[in-house]
Amino acid sequence: MVKVTVDGIVVDVAPGSSALQACEAAGKEIPRFCYHERLSVAGNCRMCLVEVSGGRKPVASCGFPISNGMQIFTDTEVVRRARRAVMEFLLINHPLDCPICDQGGECDLQDQAFGYGADHSRYRENKRAVTDKYLGPLVKTVMTRCIQCTRCIRFSTEVAGVPELGGVSRGENLEITNYVEKALTSELSGNLIDICPVGALTSQPYAFSSRPWELKRTDSIDVCDAVGTNIVMQARGASVLRIVPRINDEVNEEWLADKGRFVVDGFRRRRLDRPWVRVDGKLQPAGWADAFSLIATRLKGVPGARIGAIAGDMCDAESLMALKDLMDMLGSPNIDCRQDGAHYDTSRRDFYTFNTGIAGIDAADALLIVGSIPRQEAPVLNARIRRRFVDAGRGKFPIAMIGAPNADPTYTADVLGEGPDTLAKLAAGELPFAEVLANAKNPMIIVGHGALTRPDGPAIAKACWDLAVQAGAIRPDWHGFNVLHTAASRMAGLDLGLVPGAQGRDVAGMLGGGVDVLWLMGADEFAVQDIGPDTFVIYQGHHGDAGAARADVILPGVLYAEKPGTYTNTEGRVQRAFRAVMPPGDAREDWRILRAFSEVAGRKLPYDTIEALRARMAQAHPAYGQAEHTRLGTTDTTPPQAGSVAVAATPFHPVIADYYLTHAVCRASPTMETCSGIYVRPAIEAAE
Amino acid sequence: MLQDKDRIFTNLYGQGDWTLAGARARGDWDGTAEILARGRDAIIGEMKASGLRGRGGAGFPTGVKWSFMPKKNDGRPHYLVINGDESEPGTCKDREILRHDPHKLVESALIASFAMGAHAAYVYIRGEFYNEAMHLQHAIDEAYEAGLIGKNACGSGWDFDFYIHRGAGAYICGEETALLESLEGKKGQPRMKPPFPAAMGLYGCPTTVNNVESIAVSATILRRGAAWFAGLGRPNNAGSKLMAISGHVNTPCVFEEELGVPMREIIEKHGGGVRGGWDNLLAVIPGGCSVPMLPRDVCESVLMDYDSLRAEGSGLGTGCMIVMDKSTDIIAAIARFSKFFKHESCGQCTPCREGTGWMMRIMDRMVEGRAEIEEIDMLEQVTRQVEGHTICALGDAAAWPIQGLIRRFRPVMEERIHAYKAAHGGGRLVQVPTGLVEAAE
Repeated sequence: MVKVTVDGIVVDVAPGSSALQACEAAGKEIPRFCYHERLSVAGNCRMCLVEVSGGRKPVASCGFPISNGMQIFTDTEVVRRARRAVMEFLLINHPLDCPICDQGGECDLQDQAFGYGADHSRYRENKRAVTDKYLGPLVKTVMTRCIQCTRCIRFSTEVAGVPELGGVSRGENLEITNYVEKALTSELSGNLIDICPVGALTSQPYAFSSRPWELKRTDSIDVCDAVGTNIVMQARGASVLRIVPRINDEVNEEWLADKGRFVVDGFRRRRLDRPWVRVDGKLQPAGWADAFSLIATRLKGVPGARIGAIAGDMCDAESLMALKDLMDMLGSPNIDCRQDGAHYDTSRRDFYTFNTGIAGIDAADALLIVGSIPRQEAPVLNARIRRRFVDAGRGKFPIAMIGAPNADPTYTADVLGEGPDTLAKLAAGELPFAEVLANAKNPMIIVGHGALTRPDGPAIAKACWDLAVQAGAIRPDWHGFNVLHTAASRMAGLDLGLVPGAQGRDVAGMLGGGVDVLWLMGADEFAVQDIGPDTFVIYQGHHGDAGAARADVILPGVLYAEKPGTYTNTEGRVQRAFRAVMPPGDAREDWRILRAFSEVAGRKLPYDTIEALRARMAQAHPAYGQAEHTRLGTTDTTPPQAGSVAVAATPFHPVIADYYLTHAVCRASPTMETCSGIYVRPAIEAAE
Repeated sequence: MLQDKDRIFTNLYGQGDWTLAGARARGDWDGTAEILARGRDAIIGEMKASGLRGRGGAGFPTGVKWSFMPKKNDGRPHYLVINGDESEPGTCKDREILRHDPHKLVESALIASFAMGAHAAYVYIRGEFYNEAMHLQHAIDEAYEAGLIGKNACGSGWDFDFYIHRGAGAYICGEETALLESLEGKKGQPRMKPPFPAAMGLYGCPTTVNNVESIAVSATILRRGAAWFAGLGRPNNAGSKLMAISGHVNTPCVFEEELGVPMREIIEKHGGGVRGGWDNLLAVIPGGCSVPMLPRDVCESVLMDYDSLRAEGSGLGTGCMIVMDKSTDIIAAIARFSKFFKHESCGQCTPCREGTGWMMRIMDRMVEGRAEIEEIDMLEQVTRQVEGHTICALGDAAAWPIQGLIRRFRPVMEERIHAYKAAHGGGRLVQVPTGLVEAAE
């Protein structure tokens, strides 16, 4: 540790820290615009100037390395003058259109001008005006407000891995631009809105909606992918107006994928806000009591083996538990949370978990991705891989992919092959990457659903596990076998046993008349059209999508924003979300619907409060009773069951056809529809 | 006054042969292998002893700069980068070296690279210097052919390669770290210091950036000895230097002169005197355009060297003076500089990006007199706000000429403002654009 004195306060800071970090350690606030903890240091805004002992001029603290015994002064006349000067320079060409600027109230420039600026302007000349740029449907630009801090350039280049932004011209004509009028091709572009310290980059869908001080903030968890991104739901009245990320270094740092951020305008559209029952082939509005009694009547006399339930991808663990318990009560072994038909060996948790952990990526030194395109399946996790790739330096974090030859993962990855037969070649040491894996200290293998949803999925999983064991990746202190999930509810579903029991039917088995009564809880992503014509379908969910259209009874459930819930991300981290807004109409929390129905059906579920239900979850799986998430290796290298189908040579297919339209909420969102039209459909059409 | 026997650049005017044969005749490439045989430390020690200060403008001791290069190689290559991006207005000295004495540069680059453990040197030549780059390339080719550079250069056992990179015309690329960025193929924007180039320079490797002249004189210094060079000039301002006179003199020229010679003597001797006589002199900007100007009374007695000019609140800069006689509109002259700096600011850091434009606009009004008296003070404050707050020295360079103007010619500025008010009916005129006032009349 290095001893530094900041305004007379002695602090110990890590070697290699900057003066700014030392000042923060001493509790001194240093104003800044261009400096961002997660981006490289640019040192161009000059707002963070401080005085350093022995220096002639004030120095930019963000990029100034500390040395032992250094004295830093943050509150001298020179520093105050410097800050006022920089503030004045930033404001001379800033439009000062705060009353019509969406950043107003959460603007760094506004706040710091208040704290460090002068009270009037001395600038009498004409101000600069800059042409707005087109960055796609998500990010709105008002470039005249730009203060050229280059955070957006650094974000897109370093974090998002799409070097599409840059500065052209020089001097006061310097403009931030994407060179051509083309939408940013990043699934993380929404983060530009957060990192822009002024109102130059703001949210297009949220434009002119609300002021930050009008919004009620509720901590929540994103369920659009399985990363479990920590988010804040910002609501006014009954509607969530926007979603922004919350800092969690273990999971998402401070990024959020575009789908999780902009899906918000699907929250109030196509909602199921009252129960419906099908009468003479037509859905009619009904009351809760009617709907329940209709279901209870229909269930009477149906043996448990003829009842089935499918859980969707966005369900909270509470409702999954309640559904599982209800099916047990009804005597049904037919329950499944795997709409995509993926295969897992659920006998051990680490067979279906991202064991290394998202933060664990930072310690990995080789990576093999099998049947997965993380950029689409988990953009935030992909950014973590990219960060590791960049931080490690050239060649220090070799990455190889099997499948997805044309995907741009935003880092350099060798494509070893297109099908899982490549795994055998790797295991036999026929490919150069085998040596890389063998020499790596902490190798990682990521198995995606492009592999697990195939008939030979279990065999591929076993081959990957064996490869990991062979590479020494499964040890007490390191677990390099990772399953990357795409569904937010999948981990909880597997943990809580939402897989077919003995002689139970899976999703495919329940279709085509495999069951007489089918309970769909938010399940829309399977072949709904294949449900047998005589099957009685109960759809419990929040959006009128494929499942609701086929339903005989619709029970209005609620969105993740409208209920307190527990979600388990792909690394097995159990996280809790809170209720941001009340549900519309007659919609009720899902576990309460199941609990209420169980009483009507005469098989009452044994919990009346969410606490009691959570106690039940803790009983079902210990992870739900622990306060802390632990990542551990294992000594047990017994592989998962290989199943009966041998590894085939057919190439992997991507599991996500359209990133912007993967679930019912985003299909109800006009913004996601627009994005799909701009980013995905042209590519699909071009391919055709 | 420099005597002919002490002259380093003996083909400054291109009267002799600039190719290898001519250079050899003038003594270049003589005993280069013996100089290299003295070893790194001896060469750097000799350079330190000579008292040579950087000829690009900042005046940092060259030998000391060389000694900053890591003594032990940590696996990264070392680089010598030679700054030939001579874009300072009024400055045209490196150009004469490049086109008339290129072998001095090539030979010295070999010695300097050897002294800092570099196997490669890059020279970044201003893009407009096309013929100069061709001459230098020819000299490099000759040197390769003669075995003077390349593998086992001069038979010394040291491998040395020399590359030319031509710039694209940005003034800021003459700043050492912006030059490195540009050399790497990026946008020419200065880097933050520290880390200094000696620790992390070109491609992240230890690098020394020197001016063309600083490098070009080193072979001669090492051949003739540090004591000889230190004997020229004044203490701490040793040696001779290429200087130039442009502007209102009878014979504008580039010449080599000892440091510490009175400015007046230089103007009289080399420049043939001020146009219309010494009394017609208004002011002199002693080094390029980025140092404050000196009025006639100071020019009378000041010596042309680093310390004397600094003591007068100016600087030697590139040593290329711009002489202005009384026909000059001094405010317009400085306003032109402001325009230059506004145009050449890279736009990276706030004070310079925003400040240069602001200063230019006020200066433009000052030229007309369309301003308020108190705006002179405000302008002065703005220059102080830019100075010392930027990443590189361009902010300082933009501020200093204006500060010099206000310090030396404030009455002229005030008079201009009063005249404008008298002609346009007085009152507060700041916010009224010219066109409107004229239309109203």
